[in-house]
Amino acid sequence: MSLDAAAVARIARLARIRLTDDEKTNLAAELSQVMAWVDELQSVDTEGVEPMTSVVGAKLKTRPDEVTLNVTRDDVLANAPEATAGFFTVPKVVE
Amino acid sequence: MSLTHLTIAESVDKLTKGEITSAELTEAHVRAIEDARALNAFIVETPELAMDQARAVDARRGKGERGVLEGVPLAIKDLFCTKGVQTTAGSKILEGFIPHYESTVTANLWRDGAVMLGKVNLDEFAMGSSNMTSAFGPVESPWRRHGDNRPLVPGGSSGGSAAAVAARLAPGATGTDTGGSIRQPAAFCGIVGIKPTYGRCSRWGTIAFASSLDQAGAFARTVEDSAIMLGSMAGYDKQDSTSIDLPVPDYRAATRRSVKGLRIGIPKEYRVDNMPSEIDKLWRDGEQWFRDAGAEIVEISLPHTKYALATYYIVAPAECSSNLARYDGVRYGLRVPGKDLTEQYEATRAQGFGAEVKRRILIGTYLLSAGYFDAYYIKAQKVRALIAKDFSDAFRSCDLILTPTAPSAAFALGEKSDDPIAMYLNDVFTVPASLAGLPGISVPAGLDSGGLPLGLQLIGKPFDEETVFAGAAALEKAAAFTAMPQIMAA
Repeated sequence: MSLDAAAVARIARLARIRLTDDEKTNLAAELSQVMAWVDELQSVDTEGVEPMTSVVGAKLKTRPDEVTLNVTRDDVLANAPEATAGFFTVPKVVE
Repeated sequence: MSLTHLTIAESVDKLTKGEITSAELTEAHVRAIEDARALNAFIVETPELAMDQARAVDARRGKGERGVLEGVPLAIKDLFCTKGVQTTAGSKILEGFIPHYESTVTANLWRDGAVMLGKVNLDEFAMGSSNMTSAFGPVESPWRRHGDNRPLVPGGSSGGSAAAVAARLAPGATGTDTGGSIRQPAAFCGIVGIKPTYGRCSRWGTIAFASSLDQAGAFARTVEDSAIMLGSMAGYDKQDSTSIDLPVPDYRAATRRSVKGLRIGIPKEYRVDNMPSEIDKLWRDGEQWFRDAGAEIVEISLPHTKYALATYYIVAPAECSSNLARYDGVRYGLRVPGKDLTEQYEATRAQGFGAEVKRRILIGTYLLSAGYFDAYYIKAQKVRALIAKDFSDAFRSCDLILTPTAPSAAFALGEKSDDPIAMYLNDVFTVPASLAGLPGISVPAGLDSGGLPLGLQLIGKPFDEETVFAGAAALEKAAAFTAMPQIMAA
């Protein structure tokens, strides 16, 4: 599996990471190398094998659907780069 | 003996008897940390907090029950959220982040009377095997090769934890292990590192990298100390749905168990090509030490071992790309403005993440994108099931598995950093147990020809950390590792 700079640009867009043209070229080579390496798994016979979803086979516990957080709105906003009037703020999304 | 050279067990003993105070013990470590800043082991030092905690411990002496770590100062990997103390995961994107809550693992340590010296450095978001990827600069190992003063890596990702404990800046430290991030740095720095079974320690409040693999553990200079620490850190937590509701056994007592009659498995697939002869010899020494202690050596087969690294480098980046989507410049951490929200995301993540983190997010995003998910991620989870089955089959004929911890001793800062796959190979012996969720420990067992530490790894059955500790204590006794790093607190 080989990736070119255009493919890297598409992935970077999905991942919301801006890349320079040089980074795209370098990452195309690096990602192609890693993908070629992980491609060796295609040769493993996994017919009839269930994908692993839990390392210890434990059943997830359930709990009552109750609010348990004991933090305040101000606690949550304290680390925000920008907060106004008790809300997170972002650039205008809706015209 | 100098206070910074005491083990945790010795410190607890002296504190209990009133021979030393926690304030004295803590202050000695605070000074040692100041003197060793060249190692860059700490991102944040918390001397005032440490001294306050220590004095509080001293003030309640004789009043009520003492915690198992009462008055013992520890270093905390900067991946554990600590209330009111900056927590960065070694990344610029979280610089200045002050959690308003405490991770369960650190809360357990404070419950048991431990004192926090500060937050130690790590590879960015725990992604690395050298500590070179930290946004706060690399950590130097306190060790040097004979006749060579070049700085060496402490291993990674918990490199600051391992360097701090080896350099006697702390008697113990927390770590996290996703593919070897406790065991490999422990081996590189000549100390003990235990990663318990997945689910033994709560992941709540630990910054996530790959959630199906991440597991907290402990660094210390003796097996007994690592057992004391893990006993405090472990336990069921309703805030982590993958933590397991089982009682935590007395790990410290387990270190005194005999290994007589235990069957020690030697996986033939781990005799990799190009293994340095010194490591091969150390491994055979380990077999002999177990025979001498009355254990039986049995050859086992883990046939899917050769696929473990490739499996890991699908599962871990896929989970990383998903977990790290939360760093959006809105709720916490760095924000780089853009003309619209998408541009702001892209600029924030471009500036906030380092090269290795970007590489893994991009690989993961690609692997999880439409058309590739089944071919890569589901395929990898199927191979992972086969790797886990290899171990459960092998454990029918053995009780523990003995391997080298890493394929080499520590390398110099900057070596291997231009080839991601060469770097990933550091974890060849630790990744399989991580994929299977099994407990593993690295015990310092010898030196290479350059005078650098080498470790042996023991892998145990799920939730059988007790046998792991018993085996590790036997290895420790037989190896009689007493070498000390060149850079060390007095």
